[in-house]
Amino acid sequence: MEYFLELSSSGLVRGSIYALIALGYTMVYGIIQLINFAHGEIYMIGAFVALIVSGVLTIYGFSGISILILAALIAVIYAAAYGYTLEKIAYRPLRNAPRLSPLISAIGMSLFLQNYVLLAQTPDFLRFPALIPDFEFMEPIAHIMGSPELVIVVTSAVSMVGLTVLIKYTRIGKAMRATQQDMTMARLVGVNVDNVISMTFIIGSVLAAIGGVLVGSYIGQINFYIGFMAGVKAFTAAVLGGIGNIPGAVLGALVLGLTEAYAAGYISSAYEDVFAFGVLVLILIFRPSGLLGKAVKQKV
Amino acid sequence: MLEVSKTMAEPDNILLEVKDLTMDFGGLRAVDSVSLNVCPGEIVALIGPNGAGKTTFFNCVTGMYKPTNGAVMVHPPEGKSQKINGFKSNRVTTIGMARTFQNIRLFKNMTVLENVMIGRHCRTTTSIIGAILRGSKTRRQERETVEISYDLLEKVGLVDVADEFAKNLPYGAQRRLEIARAMATDPFLLLLDEPAAGMNPQETKALDELIVRIRDTEKISILLIEHDMKLVMNISDRIYVMEYGKEIAQGSPMDIRNDPKVIKAYLGEDSDA
Repeated sequence: MEYFLELSSSGLVRGSIYALIALGYTMVYGIIQLINFAHGEIYMIGAFVALIVSGVLTIYGFSGISILILAALIAVIYAAAYGYTLEKIAYRPLRNAPRLSPLISAIGMSLFLQNYVLLAQTPDFLRFPALIPDFEFMEPIAHIMGSPELVIVVTSAVSMVGLTVLIKYTRIGKAMRATQQDMTMARLVGVNVDNVISMTFIIGSVLAAIGGVLVGSYIGQINFYIGFMAGVKAFTAAVLGGIGNIPGAVLGALVLGLTEAYAAGYISSAYEDVFAFGVLVLILIFRPSGLLGKAVKQKV
Repeated sequence: MLEVSKTMAEPDNILLEVKDLTMDFGGLRAVDSVSLNVCPGEIVALIGPNGAGKTTFFNCVTGMYKPTNGAVMVHPPEGKSQKINGFKSNRVTTIGMARTFQNIRLFKNMTVLENVMIGRHCRTTTSIIGAILRGSKTRRQERETVEISYDLLEKVGLVDVADEFAKNLPYGAQRRLEIARAMATDPFLLLLDEPAAGMNPQETKALDELIVRIRDTEKISILLIEHDMKLVMNISDRIYVMEYGKEIAQGSPMDIRNDPKVIKAYLGEDSDA
């Protein structure tokens, strides 16, 4: 039983991280039907910025939780700038191009950003300091769920609830939904669609950067390539839940994370990816639009 | 009661001034140097057979197309005159011209109230930071948006269904919601593309009263495309007629009714409409 709880906790943590990244994929897809393959790279860049900032802050004698908060804040600002610029230079000029063009542009940006970090930093794995402090009150159950795990799960949950509220109740959220449903009409009722799309990329990048910081601190090492696998997994989660659907992305991410954790724990960690993608294949066979996705009627 | 306005003689101020507007699609000239004016307090109709280029004309004026030639000038009651060729639609709307579509284009999966609230977007300023901090300005703006939106729903008679999804409304109500959403953007000119399309006679009558009421009480001028001749003749102050992209006539409903070119081109030789 305890082993099961341990696995569940680890699955929950993975799922939360996937969810943070998957939300960016799914929001962007929902609004402009683009799969932003460079999204995983934003997550990686977030982790790198946090690493650099925490190094500098340590030298200046900051400590513990203040480093975590400052590093995360700066990483988030950096990532937001990257997300904004990415959309501006790689996708906006292709807004009216056939759908394949921005997709290829996205893959290009992904490769570019990976190699940029490879050249600017290093191809080696870098040690990432454990920024998340140990809370005493977690001591009794630390063997099942420690402080870093708790922080990851709570941060993700808060981000998701915040995002849902933002989309449902605020002015910018309404503009996002309007843009999603009918971009031309949104413009005609006076919504600045370009700003709304920029904002979507910024929000997605912020969530990804938060994910990057948390994972770096949790796993303890990063390199330029971590964005790729995380991106693929998060994309899988988004498709699993029904791409374009926000609760779907979270559900898909949790299903994926738990599947991986149980597969790794009960069978073999060599097979975790097999099971993760196996679940994807099964869901796409029996529910092609994803767990919570609506069947889309193709307009001919 | 729907008497034609008598103030038709050359008005000295103009809201929308379109000069020699031309729109080519490759080799096809869809609109061929059409000029048209709308003055404050007017209801102007643009009529013509299918394919005459009326909707293309609307699309040029509202920034959906960039005209090949000619000028679209606006002279807002407040603010400076400017040439708006090639402005993006959201800018055109912010300047003060709102439109509706021939085929209804509501945000189907949003509520009736939310559809109208979206129309307020360009008149409010809350940023994402504001939305998170929720200061007094944000809250006041949100409250005002809701109040104004309810007010507009009251005017078009949709208050009772404010929380329904837009897609669940009957056809005539969807039309009125589209008009309310356009009005929410605070326009000085409303462009209606076939507002009566697909409506039954009762709905059409209610619509024509609504349009006149918008002009009279909201002080919004109207430019409409319409095929329902009864509605057009009833409420228009002036009428422009297009055929094959060209403007073939303009004048009061009476002039148009008796213009032999219009009768031949549009109403048919034997028609007495």
